[in-house]
Formats: sequence, structure tokens, C-alpha cells
Amino acid sequence: MNAVTPSVVDDLRTVLGADRVRTGSTELGLYRRDASNIEGSAGVVCFPETTHEVREVVRVAGRHGVPFVARGSGTGLAGGATPIGGAIVVVLTRMNHVLSVDPVNRLAWVEPGVLNLDLSRAVAHLGLHFAPDPSSQQSCSIGGNVANNSGGPHCLADGVTSAHVLAVEVVLPDGDVVVLGGEGGEGDGLDLRGAFVGSEGMCGIATRICVRLTQNPSDVRTMLFDFDTVEDGARTVSAIIAAGMVPAALEMMDRLCVQAVEAYIHAGLPTEAAAVLLVEVAGPPHGVADDERRIVEIARTHRCRTVRVAQDEAERALLWKGRKTAFGAVARIKPNYYLHDTVVPRRALPAVLEQVYEIADRHGILVMNVFHAGDGNLHPLLVFDKREPGMMEKVHAAGDEIVRVSVAAGGVLSGEHGIGLEKRDLMPLMFGPADLAAQAALRSAFDTTGLANPTKVLPSPAGCGDSHHLPEGAWI
Amino acid sequence: MDLTGFAAAVGPDGPVTIAGLSTRGGAVAGVRCVSAPSGIEWIQADEMTVRCGAGTPIDELAAALAEHGQRTVLPDGGTVGGALAVGRSGIRRLGDGAMRDALLQAVYVGADGAIVTAGGPTVKNVSGFDVCRLLVGSWGTLGFLGDVILRTRPIAPHSQWFARDTSAPLETFAAVHRPVSVLWDGSRVHVLLEGHRLDVADQAARAGLRESAAPPMPPSPRARHLFAPSAVVGVTASLEPGTFLAELGLGVVHAAPDALPAREPDPGVAAIEHRMKARFDPAGRLNPGVAPGAGAASAGTHP
Repeated sequence: MNAVTPSVVDDLRTVLGADRVRTGSTELGLYRRDASNIEGSAGVVCFPETTHEVREVVRVAGRHGVPFVARGSGTGLAGGATPIGGAIVVVLTRMNHVLSVDPVNRLAWVEPGVLNLDLSRAVAHLGLHFAPDPSSQQSCSIGGNVANNSGGPHCLADGVTSAHVLAVEVVLPDGDVVVLGGEGGEGDGLDLRGAFVGSEGMCGIATRICVRLTQNPSDVRTMLFDFDTVEDGARTVSAIIAAGMVPAALEMMDRLCVQAVEAYIHAGLPTEAAAVLLVEVAGPPHGVADDERRIVEIARTHRCRTVRVAQDEAERALLWKGRKTAFGAVARIKPNYYLHDTVVPRRALPAVLEQVYEIADRHGILVMNVFHAGDGNLHPLLVFDKREPGMMEKVHAAGDEIVRVSVAAGGVLSGEHGIGLEKRDLMPLMFGPADLAAQAALRSAFDTTGLANPTKVLPSPAGCGDSHHLPEGAWI
Repeated sequence: MDLTGFAAAVGPDGPVTIAGLSTRGGAVAGVRCVSAPSGIEWIQADEMTVRCGAGTPIDELAAALAEHGQRTVLPDGGTVGGALAVGRSGIRRLGDGAMRDALLQAVYVGADGAIVTAGGPTVKNVSGFDVCRLLVGSWGTLGFLGDVILRTRPIAPHSQWFARDTSAPLETFAAVHRPVSVLWDGSRVHVLLEGHRLDVADQAARAGLRESAAPPMPPSPRARHLFAPSAVVGVTASLEPGTFLAELGLGVVHAAPDALPAREPDPGVAAIEHRMKARFDPAGRLNPGVAPGAGAASAGTHP
């Protein structure tokens, strides 16, 4: 693979004009990383506004043999949008239009730079919303959601991004433009749409996305329970599911996290509890009332200390604020944090959390947990001050151990952040050579050039000739 | 679960085909035929997951899950592997979501005879490329499913079909909240509602629906015709009421194979499919001659 040369920049400027192709140190510095700690290097940053322009940019990259990295808001946490080796960064934030909404069939075509929450706001008057709701939904783009197959608290009942993407217009790395999938959502032939969603920018660039919109529920009930042990909280979660209920959300915070959040937002959260469980049920009124009654009963059976049911929308918003501002609250404790993302079987939650505490303790790092308990999606948050000597090494070592204990408990490497660079070299924990070869085959059928966001996801040698230098900040 | 024996039966060379109960088309004629392992390995009701051999009959799986108050979203009939390989959800897709989203992990035998694992055992997972999505609907042309982990769902406390005679089916479609299915036969709209008994009754009353039986599918031979959802009422206007059944919101019309025009495949998409096949099965030995989706009309798939 080649580096960006003045002639690459000239060719890009021919396509986009000078002001949308940037090589200044400010832009190159800004776009050399996403929201992870991993820094790469950008060769040139460009800002296309149409599918045609994206295709021309990709063709310039192909002609010169230079890798390219598509990027939305840059909120990714696994280094998926970090450019490696001076790649062309293709910033899609200017492609931010909701192109059409079909309120009858409940679908919309959007450009990749549309922000997740902006879409839900745009269709709120129709009684609809876009179901995937990552915690970063105010700033993350739908193109990024597609690249990472993003989740969120409400994906327990409604499914992750892939279940809400009907079709994608893609500029393939060879410059062809195809539409994968269709508005109907289940076509004949291979599900290339499904293969593309979650491919972390390595199969091409999404330029238009057709998403399914979900009807807003008529009734919502948000409940908060707290427990003396994490185990009681986790067993409550399993018992709710086993009783045949799938709440809209089932979120848990541990003691340290609740204390940090309470100091931050003063919502009256029980700071002495070992675990706090946020449960939301949604739907038509009788079902919601029934579920509420049964869930409260289950929580009481599992020795919950107190029950708090939000009495109005303001209280509901306050309870959710606690969950969604957890990361902001952390800044009051230590200046830096590292957010992890693994999934374990629900039944393994108490045991794995114990191991997470033990690991953090041994490395002398604070850990707080705020996570999607309903689907076993753990988010241990390591809180530290990176100015302390040797601290980053400890943080990386602890993170590595947390991922390993999760996989050993029957879990997986990532529930919603993706693999990117962060967990690339841990893929063999889950997959053998034949498994990785199949994934490499999938990728290469889309990307015959190898130029679309190379060196991510697949460890060598499955990546077939990709350069595998790990940049600054990677801990694997 | 004898995956090793299954892999050995598939072997590394020579044309080979696979059949379960032959509900959805069955084996390729004149080609050596294998069968996937059968049987339920475990049901984890509190995880909402089940692991079973791809050769397990769907009815057997459904009966076992029902004891836990759960179900899968696979359509009735045939085997688990057959339903996944064909990749067509039943008429409950509007409410259940697409069947492909239920496949969490697949252990399959590749064209070289090796056992390959795709996906992972948890209900949420974005570790690596999504080979599972590729296998669902691949008609056994990329690999033969050996065993699978599926996501399950609770069986709703109450389930009832309703109907209404109308010439404006979309008004009914708009009036119901998260229906499981809304079908249109040209003169009558059929709605499947599930949930709390009182919610179902309230909704039906508000939408002017009366209780009825599930609508019959149009007679065989029939095909699954695909359109944009917004086009369905228009394209079926020329058809005799009762000769078709359209899934509103999803763009699917079940009707005689020649009742509606077929769509031409996109050459760009076909090129990716071709490359995919070439990489997964370079010798073209798995289900030779089968093109995913193309067997649709002849296979007479059940909803």
C-alpha cells in the first residue's frame, strides 16, 4: 500500500475542490484517531457531500493504491476509524440529510452523517423512532452505527442496528456503487446487507441507508431497584427473562458507579447499595401494568431493598440521566477512564463481575460497572490518572485480563463497540484459523483491493498481506 | 452432536448436497447427499437461547421450547437448517423481525471439509465479520450448517387473528400498534395481534377488527414476489382478490409464479455474490447448480 503523495492530493482536489481536501496539521491531528486511545496518522482528510463524490474519492485511492478510512462522528471506541499509515480519511459528516420518510411503511432513507438522535427527533411527530440508541446517540452517526452494528440499552427488546437496517447504498472499494438489501428487508439471494452491517468500514463506504422506524409505545414504566449484592441483582435479571418478559431495557450500575453518578446529578440514588437495577417496560397499557407488577414481585423475591417507580416523565428522565451520564460523572473521580465492552451469558454475570473486581484490585485501579444486564453486555470502566507512572501498562494489562475472563465464561470479545484495532489480536480467543479465514473471505469478496480500512478486525495472517503495525495507545 | 462425523461425510472434494426433510426443495438430484446432525443439545430459558443440530425438525424444537414458554422465530415445518439455509421468515416477520437475526452462532462444514464457527453464543455480539448473516439464505452454497445457537422469544400470553373487509388496508395497518402480521388479500385485511388479552381486545376494537381464523395461503404453485412496501397495494390492484396474500409493511406478495413480474438481479450485487461463492467454495462442490433465492418459485416454500 502506498502513502499519500502530492499527486493524490491534487487528484482529490480535482474531485472535491481545494477547501474540502485538507492537509493542514490541525486537520491531520484531529482526524488521526477516534474516541479510543489509539492514535494513527492521516495522510489527507476529505469531505465529500454526495455518493458520486465518495465514489470519485475511492477511485482516486484505488488508482494510487492508497488506503482509505471512512469516518462519521468519530465516537468509536475500538480504533475502527483510526487511520493507519497515513491513509485518506473520508469524513462523511457533511452527508447529514434525512432523504425521505415513509410514515405508512415506517422506513426512512438517510445519509450516513445523520446523527442517531436527530433521526428519532425528525420522526417523533409521526410517533416513530429509530430503535438503536447507543449512549453516544446525541453525537454518533448512523453510518457509524451501521459500521459497528451498534447497540444500546433498548436493543434488548428491539434488536441491534442490523435488525433496523433494510438496505444500504455502498461505494465498494473498487469504485462500483451497489444497493444491498431492499426496503422490504428480506430479499432473495445472499444477505450481503447483513454481511456489510458491522464490517467496520472494511467492505466499502455506506452512502445512503434505509432504516426501519419503530412505533413509539403508548405506555412506559421505569423502575429502579437496589440490592445488597450484585448477585441478587443479576438473579433478578435472569428471573425476569425466564418468566417470559423482555423489558425494553434492563440496566445495572454497581456501587462505585452509583456513588459517582449521585454526586453528579443528585437524583436520590441509593448510594449504599451494591447494585442498582434500572428496568423499563413499554407497550400497550395492560401489558405494561402486568409486567410492572410481576417485575416488582420478582425483585422483592430476590431481596431488593427499595422499589422506585418513576411517577412522571420528569422522574423517568432523571433515572435515565443517571444511567446515561455515568461516564461524565467519572471525571469527578479521576481524570482518565478506559471503557471496556464484553458480553457474557447472563447467568455468568455475578462470577465475572467478581473477577473484574479482583483484576482491578490486583492492578490497583478503580473499576466501576454500568452495563446492559439484560443481554449480559458488560462495560467495566477503569478509572485512573494516566500521569501516574506505569499506570497505562496496568490499565492495559487489566483490560486484557477482563476480556479473557469474559470469553472464558462463555462470552464474546465485544457486544457493541466492535473489534477495530483494540481487540484485533484477541480474535484468536474466540476464533480458530478456519473461522478467521471465512471472515477474511467475506471481507475480500467486498473489497478486492484491500484498501478499505486495512489492518483492522482480522489478525495476521488472515488479513492477507495487510500491514500489522500497532499504533500508539493500543494495549493488545 | 456428531459434527466430526458430519464433516467427514461432507469430505473435502467431489459434488455434495444436503437434505433435511425436503420441505423446502431438498437435495440436488444426482449428487451425493448428506444430512446434518439432529437433536437439541441444550435449552437455556433464562438466557433465551437454544443449541441444536441443524437437522433437528422445527416441530420437535418448537415442542421442546414450548415447555419453557418460549419459541423461535423460524417458520413451521422442515428442519432448522433447512429453514435457515432458505432464509425466508414466515408471515410473522413484521412482529418477530427477520429470521436471520435469530441465528447467534453457526458451526458449519466448509467446502474444504473443515468445521468452521461463525458468530458467538451470546444474544449480543459484534466480534468480527458477520458470517452468520451470510449463511442464512445461502441455500447451502457456502457451507453446510451442522449445529446452531438460536435466540428464543417468550410465547405471548394471548394471540388472535382478526379481519376486516376494506378497500383501504393501509388505514388498518396504521391503526394497530406493533402487529405481528398484517396481510391483505384484495378485499380483506387480516391482522395478527399478540400480548395482554385486554390490550389485544382494545386494539382490535379501535381498528374496527373482528375475530377470525388465520387466512389461507393462495394455492400452489405460488411464489414469493418482492416489492418496495409502498408499492404493494398498487401492484396487487390488478390481481383477483383472494388469489394473493400480501404482507403489508414488508413488500412481500404470495401469488402464482407468473402473476407478477420478476425483478432482474442487480449485476453489481451479483458480482459480489459470485466472488463470495468463489471464495467459500472455489470448486463449486456444495449444492452444485443452486443459486440462492433462484429456487424460490419451484421450491413451493411454505410461509
